[in-house]
Amino acid sequence: MSSLDIAAIKADFPILKRRIRGNNRLIYLDSGATSQKPNSVLDAERDFYQNHNAAVHRGAHQLAEEATELYEGAREKVVKFIGADSSEVIFTKSATESINAIAYSLGNSTFGSRFHIKAGDRIVVSEMEHHANLIPWQELARRTGAELAWFKVTDEGRLDLSNIDDLINSRTKVVALTHQSNVLGTINPLGEVTKRAHEVGALFVLDACQSVPHYKVDVKSINVDFVAFSGHKMLGPTGVGILWGKKELLDAMPPFLTGGSMIETVTMESATYLDAPKRFEAGVPNMAQAVGLGAAIDYLNKVGLDRIHAHEVELTKKALAGLQTIGGLSIIGPKDLEMRGGVVSFAIDGIHPHDLGQALDQFGIAVRTGHHCAWPLMKRFKTVATTRASFYLYNDLEDIAALVDGVERARKYFAER
Amino acid sequence: MELDSLYQEVILDHYKRPLNKALAPNPDAQVHHVNTSCGDEVTLNLHLEGDRISRVTWEGVGCSISQASTSVMTDLLIGKSKEDALALVEEFQTMLQSKGKDTGNEEHLQDGVAFAGVSKFPARVKCALLGWMAFKDALQQAVKK
Ligand SMILES: Cc1ncc(COP(=O)(O)O)c(C=O)c1O
Repeated sequence: MSSLDIAAIKADFPILKRRIRGNNRLIYLDSGATSQKPNSVLDAERDFYQNHNAAVHRGAHQLAEEATELYEGAREKVVKFIGADSSEVIFTKSATESINAIAYSLGNSTFGSRFHIKAGDRIVVSEMEHHANLIPWQELARRTGAELAWFKVTDEGRLDLSNIDDLINSRTKVVALTHQSNVLGTINPLGEVTKRAHEVGALFVLDACQSVPHYKVDVKSINVDFVAFSGHKMLGPTGVGILWGKKELLDAMPPFLTGGSMIETVTMESATYLDAPKRFEAGVPNMAQAVGLGAAIDYLNKVGLDRIHAHEVELTKKALAGLQTIGGLSIIGPKDLEMRGGVVSFAIDGIHPHDLGQALDQFGIAVRTGHHCAWPLMKRFKTVATTRASFYLYNDLEDIAALVDGVERARKYFAER
Repeated sequence: MELDSLYQEVILDHYKRPLNKALAPNPDAQVHHVNTSCGDEVTLNLHLEGDRISRVTWEGVGCSISQASTSVMTDLLIGKSKEDALALVEEFQTMLQSKGKDTGNEEHLQDGVAFAGVSKFPARVKCALLGWMAFKDALQQAVKK
């Protein structure tokens, strides 16, 4: 098995000791929705509030100084984690807010600006987007009169790139794509798409919610313009997300949220704005959460992203093999391990995912059921919902065996009644 | 197993053999309701004859709870007066929101009492109410016409 000491890792996550629906061990297979938090993250948040709490970047007192240092220290950890420059990492409240920040900033650009989007322009997304990387673009298209177009998804659950040169054309201003599908587990090949986007002068926005927590993403080497992800899916607290953007773009774009902390000078009539990151961090930020995210990154670094990824591939391999032995079960998404992350969606003939999820819950197994905030993708696969198991560093082969066994038991339960 | 209290025989029967599941044409009202958290859908056609619910037909996709509950509802409400039908919807809703305390009046709700167990599973209450809320909506629309 992998080189991870799973017993030691599990011991760091107090919630994994919970007993569920009677006396079942908690088997948490819903990290794609949100991850659990290790003690070190919980401690970092508490320590911030208990010992250092003050509004960052304000006040001349010692606490403010300490808080600012911790907050900026957390930013530096994110910076290193994704290979960015210091002034390119913006704290938001979530990936959803990060993506909206880009969409609204572009929408706020005035005529003549290089960021201005107007009728006749095109915004390109894909059929496998989470609603968080679809609706903000639908709305931007609606507000500006631009056209929304999208990549299709193949039966196998891969991005259909066959019409890329027509889809991303000279009118295209933005291409927004997920790095890894939260439903299918598919990892999208970015090279061809970023190359084409930049050829036509479009901005490339990457939804990295499902990738950054699980394997090394170096924002400079993948040649994208913006990256969004959430802290809570990578062992961090809720309420903190990241927006990364190329410095020269961020400094030239209009702000999204405006108010305190993001201004340079203010008169009653108007204001000028600071450069990134502060330009996009109006108001007192979610400080303890950012500090918690810093601790989460320390934890991930300590274990090692490469080892985490290798471990998840192994779990996924076992899950795909095990689940496919079950009668009437079909995998929705790639069945091989090529360019694929630790997310497995499936359906069983005659059993609705909600019913299957309910039965699994009785065995202590937490999975996600439903449309996974990807309604158009569900339609693409002619269904309204799937059951999804998603893995992280604290899962082990026993968890996978329990899943396979649980699904088989649930299948029998509904078949026999 | 606790699951049995949720998945009563009656529920699975209605799920496998749903009643009135085929939309009758020319309704007095048609509504389409979805459970936004899971994507379950019900389209419901309502026919009235004066004060009486003459037909309730439907189409839908979803979990056993939402589909069976809609089936049970049609069987219960067809033939009732508007007023009685609404009272039954209220009674069913109250039972489902009781967190397991209200086991339901079988004389009134008939097969509907099988859903009493659902009230202990907060995430599933919406499933059980999907068709009933669609009916209530359809009735309001039909009356307005
Ligand atoms: C691919 C993807 N994008 C965006 C999001 C939105 O993240 P959040 O809800 O944390 O803003 C998620 C979370 O489910 C996701 O999986």
